[in-house]
Order: sequence, then structure tokens, then C-alpha cells
Amino acid sequence: MLNPFLAQQGGAIETPQIDYAAILPILIVLGAACVGVLLEAFLPKHQRWPVQVGLTLLTIVAAGVALGAYVGDAPEQGITTLSGTVAVDAPALFLWGTLLALALGAVLLIADRSVEPGGAFVAQAGISPGTVQDRAQVSSTGMQTEVFPLTLFALGGMMTFTAANDLLTMFIALEVLSLPLYLMCGLARRRRLISQEAAVKYFLLGAFASAFFLYGIAMLYGYAGSVRLADIAAATAGTDRSDTLLFAGFGLLMVGLLFKGSVGPFHTWTPDVYQGAPTPITAFMAACTKVAAFGALLRVLFVAFESTSWEWRGVLWAVAIISMAVGAILGLTQTDVKRMIAYSSIAHAGFLLVGTMAITDEGLSGTLFYLLAYGFTTLAAFGVISLVRDASGEATHLSAWAGLSKRSPLLAAVFTFLLLALAGIPLTSGFVGKFVVFSAALSDGMAPLVVIALVFSAVAAFFYLRVVVLMYFSEPAPEGPTVSVPGAFTTAAITLGVVVTLLLGVLPAFALDWAGAGGFALSS
Amino acid sequence: MLLSQATGGAALAQEGAGPGLDMYLPLVILFALALGFALFSVLLGPLVGPSRFNKAKLSAYECGIEPSPQPVVGGGRMPVAYYVTAMLFILFDIEMVFLFPYAVSADALGLWGVAAITLFIATFFIADIYVWRRGGLDWN
Amino acid sequence: MIASSWLLVAFPALGALILLVGGRRTDAWGHLLGCATVIASFGYAVAMFVSSSLAEATDVALYSWIPVDALQVEFGLRIDPLSMTFVLLITGVGALIHVYSIGYMADDAGRRRFFGYLNLFVASMLVLVLGNSFVTLYLGWEGVGLASYLLIGWYTGRPSAATAAKKAFLMNRVGDVGLALAIFLMFSEIGSTSYAAVFAGIGDLSPAVITAIALLLLLGACGKSGQFPLQAWLPDAMEGPTPVSALIHAATMVTAGVYLVARAAPIYNLTETGRLLVTIVGAFTLLLGAIIGCAYDDIKKVLAYSTVSQIGYMMLAVGLGPFGYALGIMHLLTHGFFKAGLFLGAGSVMHGMNDEVDMRKFGGLYKRMPITFATFGLGYLALIGFPFLSGFYSKDAIIEAAFGSEGWQGWVFGGAAMLGAGITGFYMTRLVLMTFFGKERWRELKSADGREFHPHESPPVMTVPMIVLAVGSVGAGFFFALGDRLVEFLAPSVGALSEAEHTALPHALIPWLTVGLSLFGALVAWLIFGRRDVPVERPQNVSPVTRAARNDLYGNALNEALVATPGLWTTRFAVYLDNKGVDGAVNGLAAALGGSSGRLRRLQTGFVRSYALSMLGGSFLIVAALLMVRFS
Repeated sequence: MLNPFLAQQGGAIETPQIDYAAILPILIVLGAACVGVLLEAFLPKHQRWPVQVGLTLLTIVAAGVALGAYVGDAPEQGITTLSGTVAVDAPALFLWGTLLALALGAVLLIADRSVEPGGAFVAQAGISPGTVQDRAQVSSTGMQTEVFPLTLFALGGMMTFTAANDLLTMFIALEVLSLPLYLMCGLARRRRLISQEAAVKYFLLGAFASAFFLYGIAMLYGYAGSVRLADIAAATAGTDRSDTLLFAGFGLLMVGLLFKGSVGPFHTWTPDVYQGAPTPITAFMAACTKVAAFGALLRVLFVAFESTSWEWRGVLWAVAIISMAVGAILGLTQTDVKRMIAYSSIAHAGFLLVGTMAITDEGLSGTLFYLLAYGFTTLAAFGVISLVRDASGEATHLSAWAGLSKRSPLLAAVFTFLLLALAGIPLTSGFVGKFVVFSAALSDGMAPLVVIALVFSAVAAFFYLRVVVLMYFSEPAPEGPTVSVPGAFTTAAITLGVVVTLLLGVLPAFALDWAGAGGFALSS
Repeated sequence: MLLSQATGGAALAQEGAGPGLDMYLPLVILFALALGFALFSVLLGPLVGPSRFNKAKLSAYECGIEPSPQPVVGGGRMPVAYYVTAMLFILFDIEMVFLFPYAVSADALGLWGVAAITLFIATFFIADIYVWRRGGLDWN
Repeated sequence: MIASSWLLVAFPALGALILLVGGRRTDAWGHLLGCATVIASFGYAVAMFVSSSLAEATDVALYSWIPVDALQVEFGLRIDPLSMTFVLLITGVGALIHVYSIGYMADDAGRRRFFGYLNLFVASMLVLVLGNSFVTLYLGWEGVGLASYLLIGWYTGRPSAATAAKKAFLMNRVGDVGLALAIFLMFSEIGSTSYAAVFAGIGDLSPAVITAIALLLLLGACGKSGQFPLQAWLPDAMEGPTPVSALIHAATMVTAGVYLVARAAPIYNLTETGRLLVTIVGAFTLLLGAIIGCAYDDIKKVLAYSTVSQIGYMMLAVGLGPFGYALGIMHLLTHGFFKAGLFLGAGSVMHGMNDEVDMRKFGGLYKRMPITFATFGLGYLALIGFPFLSGFYSKDAIIEAAFGSEGWQGWVFGGAAMLGAGITGFYMTRLVLMTFFGKERWRELKSADGREFHPHESPPVMTVPMIVLAVGSVGAGFFFALGDRLVEFLAPSVGALSEAEHTALPHALIPWLTVGLSLFGALVAWLIFGRRDVPVERPQNVSPVTRAARNDLYGNALNEALVATPGLWTTRFAVYLDNKGVDGAVNGLAAALGGSSGRLRRLQTGFVRSYALSMLGGSFLIVAALLMVRFS
């Protein structure tokens, strides 16, 4: 009876083959994160910031170089390595590139200390909010430089998440990316209560979602006898096993993934957390977590559940509609810019899901492109938000943005451009993204859904427009916010976002080519 | 067949044909034993033991931590050091969880296994070093 | 020459870029650059027109914009008679209005930015008409929408301007959804969105799909061209500076809907239902616009409703299919001249009258502004279809074609078009009488900001463009109609013009009947407004018809009932659900319990709990639904 367990004892166990060149970017990122922790341990306080910033930027660039070197002669079909637990294929490489580029922008925002002395992060997280010491730390110049290694850990987790070829690896990666994020959400320098509230909310709900994810894995294991995506796919093809396990497991797995992507009815955390977290972290989450979550979602749906798509598609239709409706309609009444972008992100998650459901090459490349485009736009948008400030920190209430174009025409123009990109106006990346995603959905027979999506994208355009109207056509508030002159880091991040948004709108061919370079590696 | 699918797991158990489900029998037995032992100990204690109370015994946690005071604005601090120690304990526990199976099959894993486990321990120590340097181990 | 036709777009686009990015450094010479780029485009267009043969459509591929497997969108231009006609109109009239704006906006601190927006508009409009695929058209379509939005809201101090801008943008979005759906439908059915491929493949589709595409395109056209039921934004758009009203909301952008239908002629040729609906929309809108135009006292609003009405004529014409495409375009061109001239005239009047728009405060201005009066008068005569001026040729042709429809349609559409001509005579005469004739009512009045009125003629930089447009208003119709010149020129694009076998009314009678009706309308207007003094205050004791017309025939109410109110209620309901349904119970409980900071903390856990609950509920639903789908 116990034979299956004991059979492997004795005899040599075959050690897994590791293709180090393929996973080098991940190794660099995670290795540097460990080094970052050691630096925190040994460097004196005043040296930490410059060294950590240098290390983090260098790491991302080095990982990018390693990725570039590998992409050049990567096998077209992709490979799996580490006993088939990690797949390095065209989509994974594209997502890695996207994640690294977005993380570079996010790190620039995180590292910025020009708009506020000491940056957006708390000087000493241990101080209770509201005390005398807390008021002193607001004006001090230190920060918890642990943010940098934490960012790298999260980034490493995200990269693994998009390449995970079995559910258990995916779960570990999910936790690796989530835990640092929970912590980073609570590190705001100002409005610390709301920041810590956001962290706890995100943590509790994230743990809840992880439990669903894990339960789903257990059920799928019960169904297929394996956690490998390819094995699950093989098991779904014509067996007489219990479909109850399969679909219950699939549903719960989806809940975990959709939560991370802030989709549909699992979005509830998004507005609160986006609002409470330090703005650079919000930018990091909004851009990178979305990419990672949808990257994993794509892989799961394409590799493991392609053959059952007729059964689950209807349900995901409903989810996508709910997500678009919630994002577009509730976004209309928001009075806080960060919450508004959060609802916009929920609506965009719905659009992304529309593309994800089209299990075709166009669906894959379209969704990948959309992720790239959306990530840069939203990153730059949060960069802009971090610049509009009043005495108590960022002025995120919409009324404070009234008449901003008169005070700072350039900033207002940049933000307008980004909002237009989010609304999907042509010559911005948002238009091309929506176009490719919706066409893919259409050619896979989802016409009604595309109609609904178009209607909701028209509705969503309204709340972007509200901000534009406010910035251009309203009288400035008498004691309105000032616009900080951004330092080199923030300027670089915003410029990066804006340039990519424009470039992907005018010349998307290069990115589209790369996004369509190939499908998922299927061998296990 | 359709009917049996509709009732899902129940049908599966009836047929007894779930692939390798009988594999779980030892686990079920173990679970029953554990439950029995727990119930036995909990019920036996009050029945046969003497019942003398003091302050320490009546507190919520009998392991040294002060129950935190009611939160007032900005006050109500938690004794963080206690949790640091607790977390370190759990971490080493988890390290053990991985070391044990390695030790059992060290032969079979060969040199590759040594390298892997060394890397694991080294990575693990990075966190310890951080805690140590930041004063997490200074108990006062 | 044709190969580098992208220069047409590049000039104004570059101008917009320099003016908008350059900032204050370009203030000194910005307006000159803005004019120069459009004039350069116009010059290039004329050179192309003269030197190249346009008998066949030439597609100029520029680069591959969106290449994904099956979805290939080339960024290319199509040079053919139809697009060149529009290019000449846009750059020609555009250049004149740019020049006029130098004078009109002379006192505005943001003049340089104004020219930047205008250049942006011209560039987008050129992309719209030059693009060789529906996606490129969509690009220009959104671009002109954006520029129009920015320019309507130009006077940022006025809340009404912001509201008008928002209204324009949103009603356009409704239309845009239609256009986007049509494009996606083409892509999924034909596999391409380029004109060449779509027109080649449209014949193989089922009639239902063709009709669906036609109707969706019509929705887009209605949004952009202010046709029923999406007409309400256009009069409000007059909040923008007058040159904008002339260029965007009279001569060019609002006619994009007509262009779209004419461009999609191969599609509309295959669907009688689609054409019929276009005709109905056109006929209905032309009457609607004309009737409302009778009731307003705001000179620009009257002209705006007149525009709505005239575009109705164009839609009616293109809805007639091969009988009318070319006629619709001809009316579009002549209308471009005389309506732009009328708006510039109105702007000149406002310029001399402290930006007053209420005609009840004008009167007797012909003595003070002779050039404005003369040019405006010629535009007026052209618009009401006075014999041998522009409108006579173009409008008359449409009315004849409308009478040529079969059966009841001939009577209904022809009758509507002819009746519209009569009403046009009425409201335009009323406008001219109230503005230029009668007692000088402004003598006893002051403008809203307390200044006295000193009407004066505008500077030459404004009057010269008006004179040029007036010449166009007089001669363009004759020029185009002579020997069917325009109709034959356009034939490669929209097909040869068919002539109806017989018309509901005798052929020879129609022009004279139309002119007679127009003059009758003018006579009635003279009897009411010319012989008697016009009261300065608006009479309140009026007939229900007048009241309805003053309320835009309840167009706004209709919109509100059909679109805005359900939207509002949905939003309210969703917010209510979010606040009350999920969080309300928790909030209420916490509020009852608590001190301020304690409440904050309890709120926090309360929120998470309700969030987790909604997640749990969602998970149950997902799993249940999946199992239901599988086992049902």
C-alpha cells in the first residue's frame, strides 16, 4: 500500500538538468535581492540609499542584458528546465522583458527623493503613527532602504510566476511576489494609518485568495494526479475522471489568479490598496502585478485548459463583463485620483480578460501587447500623481486638480495624454492594445462580448474626461496644490512611460512582432 | 454515467474505483488516532488532575507574552521582540522540514544534493545575518 | 507628387507639434506659422490636383501600423477624386479661416495655442479623409473629435463652455462606438479594414451583415455630423470661438458623416434598408434643424441649427445612393463656402459688438459694417437658394433627386426637402433682418460687461477671407454644376450619377417651386420682423410650437430620457450597492458604536470582512456556474 512512497528509496535519484543561461535573468534578480539584504545588514545608514539604488538599477539592467543575450538564439519552441517546472518560451521572455522594463521605471520612482526629502517611504517603520517621533520622521531624510531588496524579491517572484510550468511552482512564485508587496504597501511616509490599513487589507485578502488558489491546486491534483500544466491538459483529454474536481479546482485556481489581476468580483481590495500604498509602490503594483497575473493566467488557460474552453468560457465572459462594468461605472463617481486609476485598472483587467479568453495566437499576442502598453501608461500616470502635492503630501483629491493646466501646463498635458491612452484614443498605445485584443476576441467568436467591451470603454472614457475637464476648464482652487519640480529619477520614469505610450501607438510593429514570436512551450 | 458524475465525489467513493484512493487509508487511520489522542488527553486532564489556579495559569497565553493593552490613539504598542523570536523559531523549524528529507536520502542525491542543500542553508543564513545585525537577537 | 502626399498631413501636424510643445517661446510668430502650414498644404494639394491624374484611386502605403498575423493594418493614404475634393476644401477654407483668426483672436493671450489646436484639427481631418482604411479613418475621426473638444472648451472661464465640450465629446463617443463596431464587424467578416479589401469582399457577405455594417456606420455618422438623434451637441458647440464654429462645426468636421457614407458607397449600394434609413435620418433632421432655427435669438445658434439642417440635406442626398452621392458632396462643398462665410460674418458682427450674440440687441448694422453686410448677404442668398447662386444649384439638385425616389418616398422626401427650403428662407431672412436692418436697438443698451456698443467694421485680415468666401458662395455652385463637372470628377470614387426616370412632380417645376417657397418664407419673415420693430426682450407669450422650438424640440429631453437618465440611475444604483449594500451595514454599525479613531480601526476590519465576503460569494458563483455549465 505504501509502495508508491517507498519505491524511490535506495538507488540514485536523477538530478534535474538546469539551463542556467535561460533562467539567468531570474537568478540575477533574486541573487541581487539577497545581496541587498546583506548590504542592509552591514552598511552604515547613510551609505545604504546610494548603494541600494545603484545595485537595484544595475541588477535590472544586467538581467535585461542577460535576457537580451538569451533571446538572440533562444530555441523557437521554447524550453522547459528544472525538471519541467519552469518554461522559458516566447511569451515568458516577452513578459520578462516587460516586467524588467516596468520595474526599471518603478524603481526610478521609488528611488526619487526630489519631491520630498527622503522619498515617499517612511524613515522608520517601527514608529507608531501619530506620535511625536512620527512627526519628526516626516521631515527627516532617511528611508527604509529595505524597499529595494523587497522590490527585487517581488520582481523575481513575478518573473517566476509568468514562467511557472506547474501549479506548485506557480504558487511559490505567487507568494514570493505577494509577501514583499504586502509589506511595501505599508511603508508610506505620510498618511501612515491609511497606508498600514492598505497593507493589512491587502495581506488578509491576499492570504484568502492564496488559500483559494491552493485549494484549487489540491483539487486539480486530485483530478489529474499531477500539478504540471501539461499533465492536466493530457488528463482533460478524454478520461472518465470526475469533472467535478476539474471544474471546482479550475474555478478556485481562477479566483486566486483573478484576485492578483484585480478582475471582476475579486477587485475589492484594489481601490483601497492603490489609494493607501505609497504612490511609487502603487505604480509598481498596478503595472507589474497586472503583467505577472495575466501572464500566469494566459499560461494556465492556454496550456492546461485549452481543450475545456467551451465549458469555462461562458463563466469568464460573465467575470469580464462584471469587471468592465464595475470599473467603468464606479470609476465615474470617484473623487480621488488614485482610486479613479484603480477603478480604471479594474476595467482594463476586464478588457485584458476578453483577450485572454481568445485561445488563439492573436489572443496571446494581443494580450501580451496590451499588458506592455497598459503597464507603461499606468506607471507614468502614477509618476505624475506623485508630483501634485500640498502641505500634507500628495494632493490626490480631484478637487485639488482643478485648473492644474494654468499652474503647470506641461504636467497637465502629459497627464491628459496618458488619460487619452487609457481611454484608447488612436495614436496612443491604448488604442492599438484595445484594437488587437478586441479583434482577436472577435475572430474567436466573441462578438457580443466585444460589443459590451466597446460600450464600457466608451463609458470609461467619461471619467478620464472628467479629469481633463477639471484640469483645463475649471478655475484653480485658491489654496490648491503645488506641482513639485521632479528630479532626474521621476522625470526619467515619466518620460519613459510617455515615450513608450506614444511609440507603441505610432510604431507598434516591433512590439507586436515580439509579442507574436511564438506560443507556450508544451513539452514537459 | 451522467448520474454518477452529477453526484461527484460520493459516487467515486461508492465505486471505490478512484485511482489509488486506498492509498489514503493510512492517513485516515493516522488522523483517527491523532483525534483520539487529543480527545483523550483533553478529557482526562480535568477528570484526574488536581485543579489549583493562580494568576499565570488564568492568563490567556501561558508562554510569557503580555496580552496587549487596549489600543488608544498612538499608544498600545505590542512587544515586537516576542514575535521576532517566534518567527525565527518558525523559520528554523521550516529549515528543519527541508533538511530532514535531505538527510534521509542524502546518498541517493549525491554531490548535486550537497550543493543544493548548502545553497539552501546559505540563502537561509542571509536572513539570519540581517536579523542579527539589526539587533533582532538582542533580548533585553 | 502623389507618392509624397503624406506631406499634406505632415505640414499642419508639424505646425501643431511646434506650437504646442514649443510653449511661450513661439508666441511671437506662432500664428504666422499656424497659417503657413495650412497654406503650404493647400498649395501642395492644388499642385497635386493640377499635375496628377486622379481618374483612378491611388493607394500610397506609408508603413505597416498594426501587423499581427491575420490582422494587418497598413497606414496608407488613398488619393482619389473624393479625397482630393475634401483636401482642397479643408485646406482652402481652413487657410482662409486661419488668416481670419489672426485678427479675431488678436486680443486672446492664448492665440498661439489656439493655432496649435487648429493645426492639430486640420492634420486630423486630413488623416480622416486621406486614410485608405477604416482604421486610419477612425484615427482621424478621434483626432478631430479631440481637437473639436479642446476648441469648444476654449473659453475656460465659462462653465457653459466646459459643459458643451463634454457634451460634444460624449455624444461623439456614442457615435464612435457605432463606427468601431462597424470596423470590427468588417474585420471579422472580411478579414481586413482597408477600403480596397472591404469593398472587394463586401459583396460576398449576407445581406443582414451588410445592413448591420451600414447602420453602425450611420450611427457613427450621426454622432459626428449632428444628425438625429445625436444632434444636440452641435448648437452647444457654438461656445467655442467663432472661427472654430466656421471651420469645424460648419464647413469641415461635421460633414465627416457625409464623407463616411459617400466613402462607403460600395457598402450602401448593396443595402436598400441602410440607404433608406440614411435618407429618413437626413429628411427628419433637415426639418428639425430648420424648425428649431426659427426660434433662437442667438445668431450663432441659428446658424448652428441651419448647419444641422443643411447636413440633413446632404445625408438625404447620399442616402439616395447612386442618385445622390455626388449631389451630397456638391452641396457639402457649396455649403462649406457659404456657411463658413456666414459664420465669419457673424464673428465679425460679434467682434464689433463686444461679443454679443443676441440678435435682439443688434439692428441696423448694415450702415456700420458694409463689407460684413455685403458678404453675409451673399452667403444668405446662397443658403436660401436664390437663383444662380451656389445653394440654388446644389440644393435644388438634391430636392429633384429626392422627388425621384420611387412611390411614397418621392413625395415624402421631396416634400420634406422642399418644405425645409421654405423654412430656411424664413429663419435666414429673420436673422438678416434682425441683425442688419430695422431700428438700431443697441443704442439704448449696454453689453453684459457694462460697455456701450460701438459697432465698427473689422480689420482687413478678417474681411478679406470673408470676401473670398463670398465669391465662393456666389460662384462655386455654377462652377461645379456647369456641364456636371463635379459629378463627373467624382465618378471614379462614388460611381456615376444615376438620373431618376420620372419624378413625383414635373421635372421643370421643381426648381421654381423651391425658389418660390423660399421667397415665400422670406416674405413671411419680412412681414413679421421687417415691418415692425423687434422687441428687445424675448416675448414670453408665444404659441406652443414656438416654445417647443425654443426648447430644441425637446431634443435634450429626449436624450436625457433615452441615454443620460438610465446611465445616471445605473451609476447611482451601483454606487448605492457599493456603499450601502456591502459596506453600509458595517459602516452603520461602526458609526453607532464608535469614537473617532476607534471607528476608523473598526471600519478597517469591517471593510476587509465585507471584501472577503464578496470574494467568497464570487468564488461560489464561479464554481457553481462552471459545474452547471459542465453538467447541464
